[in-house]
Amino acid sequence: MSDTPADLKYSPSHEWVRLEENGSITVGITDFAQDALGDIVFVELPEVNMRLEVGEEAGVVESVKAASDTYAPVAGVVVEVNAILEEEPERVNQKPYADGWFYRLEPHDISDLEDLIDAETYLGLCKEEAP
Amino acid sequence: MSKHTALYSEHLDLGGKFLDFAGWEMPLNYGSQIEEHHAVRRNAGAFDVSHMTVIDVFGEDALAWLQLLIANDVGVLKEGQAQYGLLLNQEAGIIDDLISYRRGADYRLVVNAGACDKVLAWLDQQAGTHKVDWIHRMDLSIIAVQGPRAILLFKEACGIDGSALSAFSFFETPGKAKKQSGWMIARTGYTGEQGLEVILPQADAPGLWRSLMSVGIKAVGLAARDTLRLEAGMNLSGQDMDESTHALESNLGWTIAWQPSSREFIGRDALESVRKSGCPLKLTGVVMEGRGVLRHGQKIVGKSGYGIITSGIFSPVLGYSVGLARVPKSIENNCEVEIRGKRFPVKLVKPPFVRNGQKVYQ
Repeated sequence: MSDTPADLKYSPSHEWVRLEENGSITVGITDFAQDALGDIVFVELPEVNMRLEVGEEAGVVESVKAASDTYAPVAGVVVEVNAILEEEPERVNQKPYADGWFYRLEPHDISDLEDLIDAETYLGLCKEEAP
Repeated sequence: MSKHTALYSEHLDLGGKFLDFAGWEMPLNYGSQIEEHHAVRRNAGAFDVSHMTVIDVFGEDALAWLQLLIANDVGVLKEGQAQYGLLLNQEAGIIDDLISYRRGADYRLVVNAGACDKVLAWLDQQAGTHKVDWIHRMDLSIIAVQGPRAILLFKEACGIDGSALSAFSFFETPGKAKKQSGWMIARTGYTGEQGLEVILPQADAPGLWRSLMSVGIKAVGLAARDTLRLEAGMNLSGQDMDESTHALESNLGWTIAWQPSSREFIGRDALESVRKSGCPLKLTGVVMEGRGVLRHGQKIVGKSGYGIITSGIFSPVLGYSVGLARVPKSIENNCEVEIRGKRFPVKLVKPPFVRNGQKVYQ
């Protein structure tokens, strides 16, 4: 079964979100998502300073199998991106919750995080989607 | 209910991820398809391709009948030789591609799993009054061993030395031996590397598979099989070509034996008229060195016309995307591909892209 840390929040579109101590949030894609995509060969990240609305397209992940959009799980401004993924996209497959993070957001409203789902609910969704 | 090959439990033990392929539950990968791809380019990999269809053809008219059915001329084959060819319909559409093996007066055909029913029905339909018979050999397995060290490691694994075989030749082990009886060892493959394909009784397949694994040959799934064949510039039947396309617009003119002109193979008349009037389309290679991945169905846009990507992959050896596309012959070599509403520069080149682990296109 895929790894789904209990201390993270999740979106139904397979992003994970971690609230950092400085109030920013880190976003990546889940272990379930990377496993379903297969080997990832390109990651297109949003640009720093870009404003994202909830559910807005925030980039593309291309794997050997398919291209798939990623979406902003909460509204905010992009403050940092994981530029190393340009050269080493396989980090998303290897460590989706650590080295394979995508970008950091300064959220407009921190209470938006409450709209996200917890690990257990997310796992339930994955089970429905699993082949 | 999906069909399983004799190696299904081996794939389970190796942690294979499965997909349904033409009614067969087959391994897609065993973890990372890119690692499997590199194993074949750098060392050796083994593929279970037992889902493919083996048909043994015999009888007084076997040769004459196959010369009618196959656009290449199996008449040139000597004992122990194999040949790539196409089965065409009357309109020269491609029913399937196949390999024909000459075994004495008899022949063996290997066709694609996806075309199995269609090909068997076609054989029935074309039998007429020919004195031929054929058997669909559901009792056999096929294991491909491919890569620069494949032939060496195969010998280490099972003692059979395939190193003296030239490309597209084969031998068979004696049919009544106590061990390894009735194995066909052929110097063929679908990867652009050296290697062998072994057709053997199902009962022997798990043992051979395990000894291949024990000498360090990596199990390779169908996903890497697709990236390997595409780097090697080889068509996939049903995807890059089908009954609505013909050989001359599929980069397969070289598989048509026009001589002797008296040989009336099925589809010949239709192909002759295409040849006379000139074929407006070609199947060519596409390279995109920028970011992104070419995929089946994307549009190629040139100043003088449009084309369509028939197959596209991320090439693990090159580090960027390559594909095949059917385009107007007149299109310029530097054109664009449309991906998700945006256009990106691509270059049209002559396949293959990779041979023996190295970039080969210009």
